[in-house]
Amino acid sequence: MINLASKEIAHGWVRYVLTGIGLGLLIGVTMIMTGLVRGMMEDALSLARGTYADLWVVQDNTMGPYAETSTLYDDVARSIAGLPGVEEASNVAYLTVQAKHAGKDVRAMVAGFEHGKPGQPPYLIAGRPITKSRYEAIADNKTGFKVGDKINIRRNEYTVVGLTSKMVSSGGDPVIFLAMQDAQEVQFQKDNTSIYNDRNRLAANPKINRPGNSGLLEAVTDMQQSNHKVNAVLVRIQDGHDPEIVAETIRRWKHFEVYTYKQMESILLVKVIANALRQLGMFMVILAVVSTAIIALLIYTMTLGKIKEIAVLKLIGAKNSTIAGMILQEACGLGLIGFLVGKITATILAPLFPKRVEFLVFDSFVIFFITVVICVFASLTGIRAALRVQPASAIGG
Amino acid sequence: MDIQAACSKAIRMENVVKTYGAGETAVHALKGVSLCVYPGEVVGLVGASGSGKTTLLQCLGAIIDPTSGLIELGGEVIYDNGWKKEDLRALRRDKIGFVFQAAYLIPFLDMLDNVAIMPMLAGKDNDKARARAMELLKVLEVDHRARAKPSELSGGEQQRVAIARALANNPPFILADEPTAPLDSHRSLLVIKLLIELAAQYQTAIIVVTHDDKILPHFKRIYRLRDGIAYEEEGMGRPFDE
Ligand SMILES: Nc1ncnc2c1ncn2[C@@H]1O[C@H](COP(=O)(O)OP(=O)(O)OP(=O)(O)O)[C@@H](O)[C@H]1O
Ligand SMILES: [Mg+2]
Repeated sequence: MINLASKEIAHGWVRYVLTGIGLGLLIGVTMIMTGLVRGMMEDALSLARGTYADLWVVQDNTMGPYAETSTLYDDVARSIAGLPGVEEASNVAYLTVQAKHAGKDVRAMVAGFEHGKPGQPPYLIAGRPITKSRYEAIADNKTGFKVGDKINIRRNEYTVVGLTSKMVSSGGDPVIFLAMQDAQEVQFQKDNTSIYNDRNRLAANPKINRPGNSGLLEAVTDMQQSNHKVNAVLVRIQDGHDPEIVAETIRRWKHFEVYTYKQMESILLVKVIANALRQLGMFMVILAVVSTAIIALLIYTMTLGKIKEIAVLKLIGAKNSTIAGMILQEACGLGLIGFLVGKITATILAPLFPKRVEFLVFDSFVIFFITVVICVFASLTGIRAALRVQPASAIGG
Repeated sequence: MDIQAACSKAIRMENVVKTYGAGETAVHALKGVSLCVYPGEVVGLVGASGSGKTTLLQCLGAIIDPTSGLIELGGEVIYDNGWKKEDLRALRRDKIGFVFQAAYLIPFLDMLDNVAIMPMLAGKDNDKARARAMELLKVLEVDHRARAKPSELSGGEQQRVAIARALANNPPFILADEPTAPLDSHRSLLVIKLLIELAAQYQTAIIVVTHDDKILPHFKRIYRLRDGIAYEEEGMGRPFDE
């Protein structure tokens, strides 16, 4: 038996391929939508994941440091490091800045970290780690900075010595890693005028600037100008210890809020990007439903367009299975073309989006599976219609 | 040979009625047709336009169901007053060669495959089926267009391919609805001669609907449809001169 489907396709291949491409564009847009949702989730988690920490210790009653502001003194890390089960504990600071380079402003998140401890930049795609403790930066390549670039943050200049990839804040801003000291300075640094004003205000306060006790004014001024604060302490647990138990110990004895990675993940996905995610997800669902309807309709009408040929085939005695096989093969072929075109379209278009578009093999597989199911389902509806055709209708009219 | 016995091997209609629609708009196309075509015989079927020739052929060809009456093919009952045999499609494929008033070829298959699909559907392998198809296309003088699609052929060429398709499975019954209408007189005679030779060689029972005065004299027996009834007439049975 010759393959009727391939003969039919070859006969009207231009139309068939065009239909497949149309389908593919639709699938491609759906894929990008899925990729955007995935990208948003990956982005939100990238910074937390990149720390390789087991616990986040933050200010009591906050959901920091990503969802809310949290402030701790930087000696907290040391006291936590001494607790049983803690491998290492390190300070981190996060703040949003406008980094300037070559007359251009880049919105970025500064992440302050301690050398060789949780929170330091993960693998670099270019350059080297920070070796001097001051005025060096590691930027995410999404900032557009290159190794060797001099960038300005607030009043200081930093040299980019290394690049990371895919390190962004939950809002999608690229991350610039600075050594802790630099980050603290950026975070708590005041401009000269306010330092001057603050000092004058303190000096004018008779309770502080008492005659005969000049040391008091100095101490208070120092305290005010000090920047021994961080946003969170990251903890890595020793092998064989339960993060939950260590977390509970810190909560009980130190009166801080402590989150495990799982909890941090759910804070980021459920609290931080929930609305944006729901919005995009909603759009994705609508798009998927519309695509499904269009694909189903396309294949159904394609089958109906063949009613005459099907009637002739029945007339000359072709079996139902022969006819159904032909329709099914054509529908699946269309699905296959659609999927391939969709995949190519999505891959080409993805880099044009400002936000990350992340294609997971799993998602592609699911979309392929759904496409095939739609094609089969739509062609079954078509086949049902086709098989009800009276052979006599081939010769009527 | 006893007529009843001979008829048991051929095409038999007994009091067949076919009414299209119902009520006031009902069309009584056949009002009780009885006929018999023996193996090896080619019978002509004539009648005015709208007299029910196509209807009769379609009932015989298991394409439409008669309203009442009995139809037997080769002694096998196909319809009996509302009852019908189950697998009519296999019957159409294996036993009946049908030539329609128009060619009804499959547009996406070339001429060779349009013919070869019949033996293929009956389970023959592709090479054998195509060899058989080529043989028939040669006889019908369309083998030079074997690889063309139906849309690239003239009406007459298409019709000859349709005839080849009807003959491809060597069916015991051939029903041809004005097969020569789109053909020139040379090809018309070629077709009718082929059918008569085929009938003689394979004991095929053949009914040919025709208006064509050129081929009519070659039938030995003719049925004429008038007012939904078939009347038998003597034909001239003129031989073909070389
Ligand atoms: N599907 C149908 N529904 C209703 N009436 C029909 C149908 N097919 C045929 N008829 C009617 O039945 C009658 C017989 O039609 P039929 O096609 O059998 O005639 P015919 O002898 O083949 O005519 P022609 O020589 O023009 O082909 C006509 O009056 C026709 O209008
Ligand atoms: Mg007719």
